[in-house]
Amino acid sequence: MSTPASFVWLSNGTSLPWAEVPEWPVDSFVEATSAELDRGVRLCAWFGVPDGDATRLVAVLAYDADNTLAVGRSAPARGSYPSLTARHAQAHLFEREVWEQHGLKPEGHPWLKPVRRANGGAPANGKFFQVEGREVHEVAVGPVHAGIIEPGHFRFQCAGEEVLHLEIALGYQHRGVEAALPGGPHRVTLSQMETVAGDTTIGHATAYAAVLEALAGSEAPLRAQWLRALALELERLANHPGDLGALAGDVAFLPTAAACGKIRGDFLNLTALLCGNRFGRGLVKPGGCRHDLDTVRAGQMQQQLRAALDEVEQAAAWLWDAAAVRSRFEGTGVVGNATAADIGLVGPAARASGLVRDVRYDHPAGWHRFAQVPVAVWPDGDAFARARVRWLEIQRSGKFLEEQLAAPPDGPLCAEPGALAGDTLAVALVEGWRGEVCHVALTDAAGRFRRYKLVDPSFHNWTGLALALRGQAISDFPLCNKSFNLSYCGFDL
Amino acid sequence: MWLLVAPLLPGLINKVKAWVAGRRGPPVLQLYYDLARLWRKGVVLSTAVSPGHVAGPAIAWVAVVGAALLMPLGPGGNALAFRGDALLFVYLLALARFCTAGAALDTGSAFEGMGAAREVSYAVLAEAAIITSLLTLGLQSGSVSLTSMLAPSAGAGAALLAAGLFAVLLAENCRVPFDDPNTHLELTMIHEVMVLDHSGPPLAVILHGASLKLLLFDVLLAEAVLPLGELPPLTAVGALVAAVLVVTVAVGLVESLLARLAFRRVPLFLTTAFLLCLFALLVAWKGGRA
Repeated sequence: MSTPASFVWLSNGTSLPWAEVPEWPVDSFVEATSAELDRGVRLCAWFGVPDGDATRLVAVLAYDADNTLAVGRSAPARGSYPSLTARHAQAHLFEREVWEQHGLKPEGHPWLKPVRRANGGAPANGKFFQVEGREVHEVAVGPVHAGIIEPGHFRFQCAGEEVLHLEIALGYQHRGVEAALPGGPHRVTLSQMETVAGDTTIGHATAYAAVLEALAGSEAPLRAQWLRALALELERLANHPGDLGALAGDVAFLPTAAACGKIRGDFLNLTALLCGNRFGRGLVKPGGCRHDLDTVRAGQMQQQLRAALDEVEQAAAWLWDAAAVRSRFEGTGVVGNATAADIGLVGPAARASGLVRDVRYDHPAGWHRFAQVPVAVWPDGDAFARARVRWLEIQRSGKFLEEQLAAPPDGPLCAEPGALAGDTLAVALVEGWRGEVCHVALTDAAGRFRRYKLVDPSFHNWTGLALALRGQAISDFPLCNKSFNLSYCGFDL
Repeated sequence: MWLLVAPLLPGLINKVKAWVAGRRGPPVLQLYYDLARLWRKGVVLSTAVSPGHVAGPAIAWVAVVGAALLMPLGPGGNALAFRGDALLFVYLLALARFCTAGAALDTGSAFEGMGAAREVSYAVLAEAAIITSLLTLGLQSGSVSLTSMLAPSAGAGAALLAAGLFAVLLAENCRVPFDDPNTHLELTMIHEVMVLDHSGPPLAVILHGASLKLLLFDVLLAEAVLPLGELPPLTAVGALVAAVLVVTVAVGLVESLLARLAFRRVPLFLTTAFLLCLFALLVAWKGGRA
């Protein structure tokens, strides 16, 4: 078999025939991927595609500086292959996932255990990492928590109040989303996509619609792309103030905590004004959008948006002005710039560690090709930086929305995509409020899904939370956790 | 009297907090409803606990009630008084803490162990401040009985003593900025985490004891600062009630406007409270000679 020279390039929201994806023998494929990652390229997705009784590995890489993506695949492999994680930590969960889904063992993987596979009624967590010593004690938290949040298990190794190591075990909400997709798209597929992570409804639905449009070789009308961009920013605007309020609540700072709970509702209501549902369900569909924003409601939205932005500005000002809050946020849960790059953080968490990483800017697709939102970056990597990045994004998304609402494009709302191309691979990235949402679809000869891979930003970022806790006081865990605010169901799929 | 009034204070604090946040808040009498509800409930016990788990809260409650009996209520006087009762007062509070922490450790839970460890390590500093403030009062009045100690004003050091005792009040009663009575996150709690495994009547006893302790510290602070013994009886009662209300509202305001301290900074803050009381002691000592 000849060895191809390089990965094949494609841009966000496009497709290419499966036959054009370059193929390496599995050992050299890992080598080639590793060589690209050495150059600072980022791993967006790494997954298996069943091929007879063997499995092909597929890698989707992001060349952020070149605004392009690249894809490559391995020849069908059985049994085992040399692990990529040994050299690149960002592949760690991806390789565990491939091992769990396809039984392909990464040789030399340092921490090979199930990701979300069930063992009876609960995930098969495997053995937890343990620190030994007379002073060391173990604290187990969850999966049932003392609040109305999703289930997940956290295992701390502590010396007194200091956390030496945190291991996070998820999978309690595994619903088998990926397993339900081959043979699709089905009638329920869009609804399933909207509930991959309920707070990222627009993010996942847009990525799914983009994948289908790319496979059909069509594009949504401009008006629909504009509406999707509005809804995406509204989703960000609803969640970021909610997070600021929750961060304030975790340090018992009541003024901001009380105000932000209400403001989050105001932004959710704006999405409801757009499509009748506070979380944006039913707005995006392949080919376009289901609901339009008429002039009257656009005017209403402008007014309510202004009012809500003014309120969030006041609530945030209380937060930044309180010395007691700053002293709690600063230096808490630090993820350094180099670590963040190594483990492949995405979204606000990556930007708070000084990485300029934003799909809207690096890989613009849809409306973001015409209108940009400045990337919000903060260098410190602590809880303060993550709060600060959220605040910058609130301001910039608000400004973006005001500009966009003032100049709406005209045109149809929807253009039905035709039949999906057979034996084709499509990739779509969307910058959801939590970070990069990545959808990859591969069709069979009949144009049905052969494999559909979903990567929620939380899949990249949970490792960041675990590392942020090292050397921290265990009492700061809720604060660190909230500063990442990751999705359990988005991870568990 | 003590037993009936005490649950009113947490209700007041919550009302102040709700008012600052622009919410309506729970009724002022909420704690009474809670206590009545808990009292009717059964007890769920972990299989790992010994009888000490139930006995702990009970002994702690009796200890706090005992301390309350020693505390004079202005001209109303106190139920019990003897020479040296100030010492017993301090020891009763310490006994209450010991029993709560013991009952928490009895469950063998990692959270409760952490909570107990935090509680007792901060208590070391808070107790130093209380003892110093009682020393100040004792030095001033030349007595070791709470009745005569608390009757006159604390004199020149009153402001210092008030600041120090207020900080101790916040710490002892697990209010912001030391602890967050509203939090539901096991990992950050101090006092609340120690009572996680209690339910039903024992929990009611714990909650009632906590409100009693809050009232106790309110009264101690008010009487240490105000010269109640020098006022006519009716005015004195009025002043005492007003002072208790002011302190309670102040706790609510602090809780509304301040964020919690990081655990590693708590000792610094408590040491400051101790130093304030120490300076009050110095003022009383030197002032007495001059």
